[in-house]
Amino acid sequence: MTVPPARIRTLTIDGKDVGAREDETILDVARENGIWIPTLCQMTGLSNIGACRLCLVEVAGSTKLQPACVTRVEEGMQVTAHSDRLAEYRKMIVELLFAEGNHICSVCVTNGHCDLQWLAQRLEIDHIRFPYLYGKRSVDASHERFVLDHNRCVLCTRCVRVCDEVEGAHTWDIMGRGTNARVITDLAQPWGESTSCTSCGKCVSVCPTGALFEQGKAVTEMVKHRELLPMLLTMRGRQR
Amino acid sequence: MTPEELSELAVAERQRLDRLAHQINVCTATACHASGSEAIKTRLTAEVRERGISGQCLIRGVGCRGLCTNGPMVSVEPQGVLYQHVTADDAPALLDSLASEPVSHIQAPTDDPFYTRQHRIVLEHAGEIDPEQITEYIAVGGYQALAKALYEMSPADVVDELTTSGLRGRGGAGFPTGLKWRTVAKALSDRKFVICNGDEGDPGAFMDRSVLESDPHRVLEGMAIAAYAVGAHEGFLYVRAEYPLAIKRLTTAIRQARQRNLLGDAILGTPFTFHVEIRLGAGAFVCGEETALIASIEGERGSPRPRPPYPAEVGLWGRPTLINNVETLANIAPIIKNGGAWFAGIGTEKSKGTKVFALTGQVKNTGLIEVPMGISLREIVFDIGGGVPEGRSFKAVQTGGPSGGCIPDELLDSSVDYESLTRLGSIMGSGGMIVMDNTSSMVEVARYFMEFSMTESCGKCIPCRVGTAEMHGILTRFCEKRATERDLALLEQLCDLTRHASLCGLGQSAPNPILSTLRYFKQEYLAALESNQPEEVGAAAEEGRS
Repeated sequence: MTVPPARIRTLTIDGKDVGAREDETILDVARENGIWIPTLCQMTGLSNIGACRLCLVEVAGSTKLQPACVTRVEEGMQVTAHSDRLAEYRKMIVELLFAEGNHICSVCVTNGHCDLQWLAQRLEIDHIRFPYLYGKRSVDASHERFVLDHNRCVLCTRCVRVCDEVEGAHTWDIMGRGTNARVITDLAQPWGESTSCTSCGKCVSVCPTGALFEQGKAVTEMVKHRELLPMLLTMRGRQR
Repeated sequence: MTPEELSELAVAERQRLDRLAHQINVCTATACHASGSEAIKTRLTAEVRERGISGQCLIRGVGCRGLCTNGPMVSVEPQGVLYQHVTADDAPALLDSLASEPVSHIQAPTDDPFYTRQHRIVLEHAGEIDPEQITEYIAVGGYQALAKALYEMSPADVVDELTTSGLRGRGGAGFPTGLKWRTVAKALSDRKFVICNGDEGDPGAFMDRSVLESDPHRVLEGMAIAAYAVGAHEGFLYVRAEYPLAIKRLTTAIRQARQRNLLGDAILGTPFTFHVEIRLGAGAFVCGEETALIASIEGERGSPRPRPPYPAEVGLWGRPTLINNVETLANIAPIIKNGGAWFAGIGTEKSKGTKVFALTGQVKNTGLIEVPMGISLREIVFDIGGGVPEGRSFKAVQTGGPSGGCIPDELLDSSVDYESLTRLGSIMGSGGMIVMDNTSSMVEVARYFMEFSMTESCGKCIPCRVGTAEMHGILTRFCEKRATERDLALLEQLCDLTRHASLCGLGQSAPNPILSTLRYFKQEYLAALESNQPEEVGAAAEEGRS
C-alpha cells in the first residue's frame, strides 16, 4: 500500500521563509528551523493539548493568538513567534505558575534541572509581580520508589499522558477545579496503594519540575532523563 | 404513525378539549412547584372529583407562565382568567367562581405590560399545555414541522430555510445556526451526532430549564429536524443533574415520542431513523463549552480542547457533531412550520427572532420573558420588569452571566441584540439578566462573578486557572479597601492576559465583568483606592493606639 504524499506548504515564521509538510504544526516547523518557541505542557512523543499557552503565536489575519503546538501550517501563513506582546504574556504565564505553587528552588530536588526554572531564566524573569497564593498542598511519599509533591506540580499533565499513551496503565488523572485541581493516582488513593501503577517511572522522567521525584534524592540531585521517552518510542517504532 | 394520523390525532385531541367547559392550568415548573403548586393541583383534582364535574373540568399541570415572583400561578381556560399567589385553600373558591365572577383577591391582571410586551415563540406553549402529555403537544400542532421536513423538504431545503431565518445560536456566542448546520451536513462520515446543550450554569439563568420543563417535545422535534438536515441518526440531550424535573419530563417525552413513532426507527413512516438519549452532567460550568461537553459525554473529564478542529468536523467520538443550545432547538419547529422569512421578519437586521431572558435581581417582576430582538433594555427593565422596587433607584443591569458585563443607567436605551451588547462590553449570553439597584457595589459584583469563574475554571490552562484566582484576590483587596494603585494596574494586566491567552471561551470571557465595571464604574474602584491613602491609614493607626 502506498501512502499518499503529504503536500508541502510554505510560510514565514518571524519573517523567515520556511517549508513544511501539511501535517506539521507551527511548533514542529519552528524547531526544525532553529526558531525557539517556549513550551511547557508539550513533549515530543506525547499528544499535544495546548494547555500551558506558552507557545501562543500571532498569525497574520487573525486577531486570536494560536497555540503553535496544535496549529497546523497553512500555505502563505505569516507567523510571528516573537513580539513584545507575546514576550510579556509568556513572562506573565510563568510568573503565575510561580505565584500558584510553592516553588522554592533553593530547597528543591530538581534545582538546576528544572524546566520551569529554566523557562524563568530564559524569559528573564527576575521577580514575580503577582501575590503568592500559598496554596495548602500535600506531599505523597507512600510509593516505595517515588514521591509526589503537589507543591511543585504545574498541572502540565505530562505524567497523565505518558502513563496513558506510552505505558498504557492510566494510573494518573486530574481531579478538582481551578487552583484546587490536582493530579491523582487511581481514584485519588495514595500512590503507594495504587493497583494500576507499574512503577515504571516514566511519569517521573517526563515531569518538568520537582513534583515527581525518586525517593532519597536530596536538593539538586534529581536529574530527569528526558532522552528516555524519544528513545523508547523509537525502539518501539512509535515515534510521533 | 403517518402525517395523516398525526393530523387526525391533533383534531381528535382538540375536540376532546373543546368539549370541556373549563381547563384549569396549574403551573408545575420548578419555581411554582417550590411554592407548593403540586398541593394546589391535588386539592383541585380532589374537589372536582367530589363535585362530580370531572367530565367538564380538566385540572392539569402545565409549564412556566413566566412571572415566577407571583407564583404559584393558575389559569382558567378558555375563560382566560389568571390567578397568582394561589394556595391550596383557594381551591374551593376558585371552583365556585367558575360559574360566576373570578376570585378577586388572587386574580392577576393579564393586560400588564409583563404579558402584553412579550413576543412568545419559544415559550408559546409554556403554561398552555401539559408537558407530560404528548397528545397535548400534538393538539397544538406539534411534530407537524417534522412531518413537513420529512415529507416535503430535502435536508438541503431544511438548511436553506434555517439560513433564510437568520437564526443565531442562543447559547451565547450567536453563531449563525444555518451555517453551523451546513458545515455538519457537508462533513463526510457514516456516523454523525446531534447534541442538545442543556448544561445551563450561569448564575441567575433558568431559561433552558424552563423550556425543558414546559415544552420538552418542542426540543425533541427540533433535534429530530436537525438530525434529518445534517444526516445524523443519534442524538444526545446533555442536561444538568440539578434539573430533576426537566430530566423527568424529558424522559417521559422521549418514551411517548418513541411509542408514537416520532422518534426511533422509520419515523412517521419514512426511512429516517433518529434515536435520542439523555446524558446527565455533574454540574460543571465548563461543560457548557462544546468540546468539554463532548468530552463529558464520552465519559472523560469535562475539559475543553483547542479548536480547530471544530466539532462539526471532529466531534463526539471523532465524528461530525452538531451542538445546539436548548433555546436554539426550540426555535426550529416554528421556523420550519412558518418559513424562514417569517422568522427573519422579527427582530433586527442582524439579530433575528426573539430571545428568552431570565429576569432577576432588584426588579419587581422577576421571571422568564421572551422579547423580540431589538427591544431596548429600558423596556425590559422598566416596562416588563416593572422597575426596581420602591425606595431605591436603578443602577445597572448585568447580562450574559459570568462572561458578560454590567450596563449602566445612561445606556438603557440601547437595543438588545448581539452586536449592540458586544459594543457595550457585555454579551447576550444565554439570557440571564440581573437588575441591580443603587445599594449594589459594582466591585462586589465583579468579585462575585470572578469567584464563580475561579471556582468553575477547569484548571487546564494557566491564564484561566491562576489568572482568575489572582484577579479574585485583587478584587477582594478592593472590597476590603486594601488595594493600591499597583493592584489596579495588575488587575488590568491580568484581564488582558486571561482574555487573550486562555484556551476556551469561558476563560477568554472571564474578565468581562471586571472590564465592564472598570469601563462604567471606575470611580468605585478609585474610591476604594482613595480610602487607602497613607494619611487615613495613619489616622486609623493612631486611633488603634489610643
